[in-house]
Amino acid sequence: MISLSRLLVAAAVSAAFVAPAAAQELTGTMKKIKDSGAITMGIREASYPLSYLDDKQQPIGYHIDVCNKIVDAIKAQLKLPALKVQHQPVTSQNRIPLVTNGTVDIECGSTTNNEARQRQVAFGLTTFVTNVRMTVKKASGIKSLSELGGKPVATTTGTTSVQLMRAHEKGKGIDFKEVYGKDHADSFLLLETDRAVAFVMDDNLLAGLISTSKAPNDYAIVGEVLNVEPIAIMLRKEDTQFKKAVDDTIRGLMKSGELEKLYAKWFMSPIPPKNVNMNFPMSDLLKQLIKSPADAPAEAYNKKS
Amino acid sequence: MNYHWNWGIFFEQIKGGDETYLDWLITGFGWTVSVSLSAWVIALLLGFLVGTIRTAPSPWLVRLGTAYVELFRNVPLLVQMFLWFFVVPELLPRDLALWVKQDMPAKEFITATVCLGLFTSARIAEQVRAGIGSLPRGQSMAGLAMGFTLAQTYRYVILPMAFRIVIPPLTSEFMNIFKNSSVAFAIGVLELTFQARQMQEDSEQGIETYLAVTVLYFACAFIANRVMAFIEKRTQVPGYITSAK
Repeated sequence: MISLSRLLVAAAVSAAFVAPAAAQELTGTMKKIKDSGAITMGIREASYPLSYLDDKQQPIGYHIDVCNKIVDAIKAQLKLPALKVQHQPVTSQNRIPLVTNGTVDIECGSTTNNEARQRQVAFGLTTFVTNVRMTVKKASGIKSLSELGGKPVATTTGTTSVQLMRAHEKGKGIDFKEVYGKDHADSFLLLETDRAVAFVMDDNLLAGLISTSKAPNDYAIVGEVLNVEPIAIMLRKEDTQFKKAVDDTIRGLMKSGELEKLYAKWFMSPIPPKNVNMNFPMSDLLKQLIKSPADAPAEAYNKKS
Repeated sequence: MNYHWNWGIFFEQIKGGDETYLDWLITGFGWTVSVSLSAWVIALLLGFLVGTIRTAPSPWLVRLGTAYVELFRNVPLLVQMFLWFFVVPELLPRDLALWVKQDMPAKEFITATVCLGLFTSARIAEQVRAGIGSLPRGQSMAGLAMGFTLAQTYRYVILPMAFRIVIPPLTSEFMNIFKNSSVAFAIGVLELTFQARQMQEDSEQGIETYLAVTVLYFACAFIANRVMAFIEKRTQVPGYITSAK
């Protein structure tokens, strides 16, 4: 028993103090990167402003910046100055399979960290928090979900919002008429053309759609928060060395105040391609998460009966 | 590959509800079958009508039929879905448009059924025209010589034979309509593809989900194929077309 506890102490000490990787045998993704001299970054084409393509089809965004910092740290740690970074566009349908099957090493998109997904993949420390709310036309005067009884409400197929709306209907005894767009742009079109009186979705996505719409002043984000969702960078499961490299970089960015600067750059100032300012102040929960970083799933923030 | 398999997922309850994922797929399957069969009725009726018109002696009717076929055949199905769903209501008077957009019952289902029906009818019309065209000219001449009117000649001589000739291509169309109905998810019909996307998002068991959906679509198309084979057998005229068997 004594030798075991000594061993544990020794392991803890070495993990904490020995220069990482250099002394350790490389495993998982770190070994793959070292052997191949390349890392594949999963990117989104239109997840404003977290991860999207600019007018030259280059990936940009808040999470792309964070991932580039992580890549720099890995370059230094593995002494691979010539590390090749490949970009692989992913969608919400294929992002998890592409990470688990090894096509993508690090997904820098807009993925909610939740329990179901943690069965398949792991997440870095939470770097963004979104609230599921609704947007309406200001002229409708709607302020709360309870005013939507019998009215058509839009959301996007294959998103968590569909389930949240159904659960809310059951819980509150309100009967919406649900209408579905196949992607966020279609769902917004449903609202724009009066096929729906409200569109329920992550508030940062709503803000992005409104800011790039034809008449941004006609829309408002209103009503109660249906769900709080931590958004994070996605990795493979049981990949301790790589997860440590990712988390250490993020923790460093949070400590130095650099993450807040990145946030201000993407959410509080004009961004390409249309030079629109999303004007999306940091939520209290994210401020708190920057002070005490965590990688808990969405369920931890939405305690329900 | 580092995938967490869970075949029991179909019997698990969905989060915050009392149905299972299997219930979702079954409802989706029901809508897929409803959209496909309703669209098939529209497609058969219009397809035979337009196909017949295209062989009529009047050049204007022929041109009208050709225009119809080319219009619905040359535009992708997904684009047609969007046109019917988003564009057509904008052309209506304001009050009617608002009713269509917000209060019309089962608007997604009706739009998808009409759209898929018209799309498929253009393809059937082309097959029916080819079927009629393949009959020897003597058949209609004989009909007219017997004292039948043109309508009677079509009804009693030409169409019964043409129908038998086009059964094999119709079988393909019948199978296609089930597969094409998956496009209806784009305008929000809660059919199989829609439920599959929802289930994969909710459960994160994408491979199991899509394998189950593949089996269901395969079953639909296969049953359609068998039904048509049965009809083909029952309607064959001994000594004609199928005589080689």
